[in-house]
Formats: sequence, structure tokens, C-alpha cells
Amino acid sequence: MLEVVLKLLFIVLVVLAGMLPLITWVERKQSAVMQDRIGANRADLMGVTLLGLLHPMADVIKLFSKEDFVPAGANRILHLLAPVVAIVPAIITLAVIPYGGTYVFGASTLSLVVADVDWGILFVFAVGSIATYGAVMAGWSSNNNWSLLGSMRASAQMISYEVTMGLSIVGLFMVYETLQLPAMAAWQDDSFRLLGFVEHLGGVQLPAFLGWIRLPAWGIFLQPLGFVLFLTCIMAENKRPPFDAPEGESELVAGYHLEYSGMRFGLFYTAEFLEVPVIGCILTTLFFGGWAIPFLPQETIISFIGAGFGEGFATGVCLVLHVLSFLVKVALMIWLQMALRWTLPRFRYDQVMDLCWKVILPLSIANVFVTGAIILWVEAVIA
Amino acid sequence: MLGEFVGILLILALALLIAAGFLALHRVLSPKREFAEKQEPFECGEAQIASPHQRFSVKFYLVAMLFVLFDVEAMFFYPWGAIFRDLGGYGLAVMAVFTVPLVLGLIYEWKKGALEW
Repeated sequence: MLEVVLKLLFIVLVVLAGMLPLITWVERKQSAVMQDRIGANRADLMGVTLLGLLHPMADVIKLFSKEDFVPAGANRILHLLAPVVAIVPAIITLAVIPYGGTYVFGASTLSLVVADVDWGILFVFAVGSIATYGAVMAGWSSNNNWSLLGSMRASAQMISYEVTMGLSIVGLFMVYETLQLPAMAAWQDDSFRLLGFVEHLGGVQLPAFLGWIRLPAWGIFLQPLGFVLFLTCIMAENKRPPFDAPEGESELVAGYHLEYSGMRFGLFYTAEFLEVPVIGCILTTLFFGGWAIPFLPQETIISFIGAGFGEGFATGVCLVLHVLSFLVKVALMIWLQMALRWTLPRFRYDQVMDLCWKVILPLSIANVFVTGAIILWVEAVIA
Repeated sequence: MLGEFVGILLILALALLIAAGFLALHRVLSPKREFAEKQEPFECGEAQIASPHQRFSVKFYLVAMLFVLFDVEAMFFYPWGAIFRDLGGYGLAVMAVFTVPLVLGLIYEWKKGALEW
């Protein structure tokens, strides 16, 4: 029990108290750099601006001190519940994210995931689909036509991309043979010979130096198309630009959270920003080896350090290295999402829906069968 | 196995606590000055002429139907994917038989214009 609480507090504190305020700063700063302007430097405390790092604090103070506004004719209960429904799924997804491997200390085993469930990835999808209700409830309860239009767009977009999000990573399940996130991360703590398959193509002999080229056995190298499709879908699920038609301010003022102010709006805003590191965690676990360090499997690290300092110490060092490796990868994934967000303009709504049903859906079904055929070929040739 | 749910229940409780705490703190800290004009729904300065709480034509229901259809089909892919290597070529053939009607349905909807906006 204590172990679960500690593991939970670690991941929630790192993401919620550490990454979340930093991300609002990174978003402003990265957009400023990308648009060649000086950004986020106004909030100061007695003349000290700390590169704009005080902005998250200013945000919080401002959100808390604004009026708690409910429009006339609104459904007060749904209006109050909608932001809660929006933010809760974003937080509880963290429960199944493995931020470290499984470590054996003498008689006890430590697995760095809050809930190691067999259906880990299904939990991510199930919880993610609850977030749709937040947007729909907000739009419907506000008694405002803009909000209603925004929430209709949000619901159609989110449920469409939910289908393709699930289908685009079926190929990954076929490779890993599991739906369990910690098992997926452990599977990727390995490497493979990039050109090894050439030797099976009618006895072609590879030059020795080419045979040496190895890649980490990460999802992105095994399912590159799956990665592109999944990234698109999960960014569309989050409703951030370029997929922010549900809240497009030039058409719908602010979409489904138009009639929200203060911390009620703040919760929508937090949920959207919180999804960014959560998506980073999911992408890292599925496609970038989770906590794995490239070319240095857990046994290698433990036996190398353990030779001089003892097994227990080596396992501890390995644990710290793995958690750091996970955090670095998540930071890179956050950077990727920010870069995409500030590079692409908003898509038109019909383009968003066409992309989902006419491009991603056929491609992800094709991906499943191509992956299946390749796996069968590999097993037939190598076995 | 049941022990794994403890973590999920705990994080659910924590998430609800955070959300409720934020809203409660906001209610305490924020000012409250209501008057009729302010409570009007925002419509770019115009008076609201159409209530959102009436029947509206939704093309979106088609998407909802497509969603139910394809999401249920997608659910069959997950367990199949996880045990694909044990099934081998037989599994791939069975899934192809399962997918052909799905793809035919998609083509039909496409041609019928259900995917046009």
C-alpha cells in the first residue's frame, strides 16, 4: 500500500507539479523562438523575471482571482461538472504508465508503475474517451450557440480519431504480443541488426561492417507508419492546434469553453496542457522504448556496475538511470508536440474529418495486414 | 490482481480531489458581482435570437453511427493482435475474412457521401 502511494505521488508530482507549469512556459518560449520574437518576459517579482519562469505563477493567481461566472439559462450542475470530467481522465491515465522497469533487490521486487494491469493500453483508450464528455457537457450546458457548435465539432472529431487511434497501433500489439504497457517497455530494452533480414533473401552475403549496424528494438523502427498515424490521432484527440477546430477562435470565439471563466476555464486549460506530457509518456512507452537506454540493456548495466560495487547498488543506479532516460524521452516528445503545434496552421474542419476517415483509417487497416504478412514471413524464414 | 485496482482507485481519488480543490478554492477567492446583462450568453454583442436548447440538425449523428460500427470492430483487433503469432497464417486469413465486409462498408459509405462535409 505504501509502495503504491509513493509510486503514485512520484509520477503525479513530477508531471503535475513539475512538468505542467514548465510546459506553459515552454509553450510561450518555444513559440517566441520559432516566431523570432522575445516572449514571456513580462511577469516580474521586484524586477526579477527569471526568463519568464514566473508566468505560470501569474497565470494561477489570475485564474483564481477571476469571477466564477455562470451564464443565465445554463445547466448549473453540468456546467460545474464539465471541467472536472475534462481534467480527471488526463490525470488518471498516469496510473498505467511505466516510468521504470522491474528491479530485484534481494528478496523484494520493485516495479515502477502504479497499476501493472494486463489491459494497460485499453485503460488509456477507455479513459481517453471519457474526456469527450467534458467537451460535450461544457458546450451543451452553457446555453450558448458558439459553445454548442464547438462541442458538436469536438465530439465528432474526438470519437472519429478514437477509432483510428486504436487501429493504428494494432500492428504494435502484434509485434509486442501484449497489451501490457510495462511488458511493452521491457520488450524494447533490446536491439536488432538493421540489415539482418537481407541474409535471408536468397543467400545474399552482407559485407561484415553493414551487418554490424544495430538499432534499438523500439516501436518507431518496427512500426514507422504506425507511429505517424498514432501521433496524428493522439494530437487530434487532445484538440490542440492544428486540430483545434472545436475551439477555433476565429470561427467559434472559443468553442465549447466560451462561457467559462476563472478556474473553471483553468481546469480545461490545465487538462489540455496536462495531456501534452501524458501523450509524451504514452508515445515514449509505445514507440521509444519507455525507460530503456539504447544499446545498454538492464542486465548489461547491472553486471557492469555490479562487478565493482555490488548487485544492490548497481540495481539502484540502473533504476535512477532508467527513470532519467524516461524523463528525457518524454521531454523530447513534448518538444516534438510543441514544434508541430507552432509549425502547422489550423486545418479546416472538413479536412480534419477527411484525414481521419479517408486517409488514416484505410492506412491503419493496411498497416495491420502488412505487419501480419511480414511477421509470418520472418517467422517462416528464421525459424 | 485486485491489488492493481488500488492504484487506479487512489489516483482517481487524487484527481477528483485536485479538481474539487481547485474549484472550491476558486469559489472562495473569486469576487461575485452578478447582474442581468452580464449573465447573458455571449453572442458577439447581439441578443441571442435562437436558443441552443432546441432541435438542431446534426450531420454529426452519422459520425456517431460510424464510430459505434468501427470502434466495436476495432475492439476485436486488440486481443487478436496480442496472440497473432500463436495463430499464424490461419489468424491472418480469418482476420482478412473479418475485415473485408468492414472495408466494403467503408467504401459504400465513402461512395454514398457519408464522409463528406
